[in-house]
Amino acid sequence: MPKARKIIPGVDPKLLIKDAAKLIPEPSRRLFLRGATSLGAITLLTGCDIVDADTAGKALFAISRYNDRIQALLFNPNKLAPTYPESAITRPFPFNGYYPEEDAPEIDGESYMLEVGGLVENKKSWTLEELYALPQEKQITRHVCVEGWSAIGSWTGTPLREFLKRVGADLTAKYVWFQCAEGYSNTIDMPTALHPQTQMTFKFDNEILPRKYGFPMKIRIPTKLGFKNPKYVIGMHVMNRDLGGYWEDRGYNWFSGI
Amino acid sequence: MPSKIASARPVDLPEAASGPRGMIHPRWVRITHWINVIAMFVMVTSGWRIYNASPLFPFTFPPAITIGDEFDGLQGALLWHFAAMWLLAVNGVIYVVLGILSGRFRRKLLPIRPAEVIGDLRAALTGKLSHDDLSVYNAVQRLLYAGVIVAGVVIVLTGVSIWKPVQFQELAAAFGGYDAARFVHFFAMTTIVGFLLIHITLAILVPRSLRAMIIGR
Repeated sequence: MPKARKIIPGVDPKLLIKDAAKLIPEPSRRLFLRGATSLGAITLLTGCDIVDADTAGKALFAISRYNDRIQALLFNPNKLAPTYPESAITRPFPFNGYYPEEDAPEIDGESYMLEVGGLVENKKSWTLEELYALPQEKQITRHVCVEGWSAIGSWTGTPLREFLKRVGADLTAKYVWFQCAEGYSNTIDMPTALHPQTQMTFKFDNEILPRKYGFPMKIRIPTKLGFKNPKYVIGMHVMNRDLGGYWEDRGYNWFSGI
Repeated sequence: MPSKIASARPVDLPEAASGPRGMIHPRWVRITHWINVIAMFVMVTSGWRIYNASPLFPFTFPPAITIGDEFDGLQGALLWHFAAMWLLAVNGVIYVVLGILSGRFRRKLLPIRPAEVIGDLRAALTGKLSHDDLSVYNAVQRLLYAGVIVAGVVIVLTGVSIWKPVQFQELAAAFGGYDAARFVHFFAMTTIVGFLLIHITLAILVPRSLRAMIIGR
């Protein structure tokens, strides 16, 4: 190490003095104390942020929106969710919702109509009979809950992208918004709506979708967290505007891809 | 081979060896260390709250020692966890890359010989282990510091597996699938928190080591 420092133009003299001070043993004790104080300040600042939900909340939501963009970039439209054998199905498959099972909507299949709107050519509503006549596929995939638990289920229905093509949806639109019978809703991004495993589900475990799993129709999206898989769907709208959703509006991450 | 490695470690060697300034921890180590303190505090305490929503074992963490109660549900803890993960991961990558490139890891943490670890552990437990030279780690320290770096890598990789078990399904599969990755993530946390209990206790017992991590010597 050179003993004589060269004075470099543009170098802050205060920093030089500070550096020089570091060479003397005694002030190092004071520097230590100063360092300790700023460490304490960091702790206090963090504590303050936690209490002040307004400031912290704004920053956290901004990062959550940034995470939406990262997840959209990470989303590979051709990457399929792993599928499992029948033997892997979780039995009984858990009921989940923000209400107890007995409060789940009871929908009359006879009078049910799926409303289709927004940026689509054919806005006619669909009866359950018409929907059941569409080509169907089965998938055994993992449902991952935002809480961390997961369960494997068997879902049968029509690929959403087939349906969107049939109704002449604008596939360059940004979002699809789903409206549910009990007031629940979700908005998903178009690339996910067009994913080959995103499904309008009519059957669970080879049986007509029971009430607890979303009769008459659920949207099964194995590339998204469970709460982004709406049940009791009564409306589907192709949009360029993000209408949010039940949990998305309550602080959960919007994209919630897995 | 050794000469090649030696030539690839110029960053803090002059200070660390026996420079007049007696630098123990170069600036990059101290900066990444304290950023990591903040990141780990947020990750661990928000992680405990997320764990409580669907516990892996028949116990939960007291909500008082968790963060993220801004909402009724889980959203606060998730928002904190998925914000601080960037701080943890980016800071961690910088630390590991500099640790390897500067030669600090190799110089400070290697070799780890079981016989030395046992000997130093015995000396430590009987109060005979010296902490005179803070710039040299004893065998127990080397094992613990290397171990916690490995746990850090595992917790980030299992975290990515849990976050994106479809997009990164190969990584999740390497940890035994989504459900198994949650357990590995939990055990990596346990390892890190266990390390912290020892680490913080010793930093209090040897205050010079705390000073060195703040001002460098």
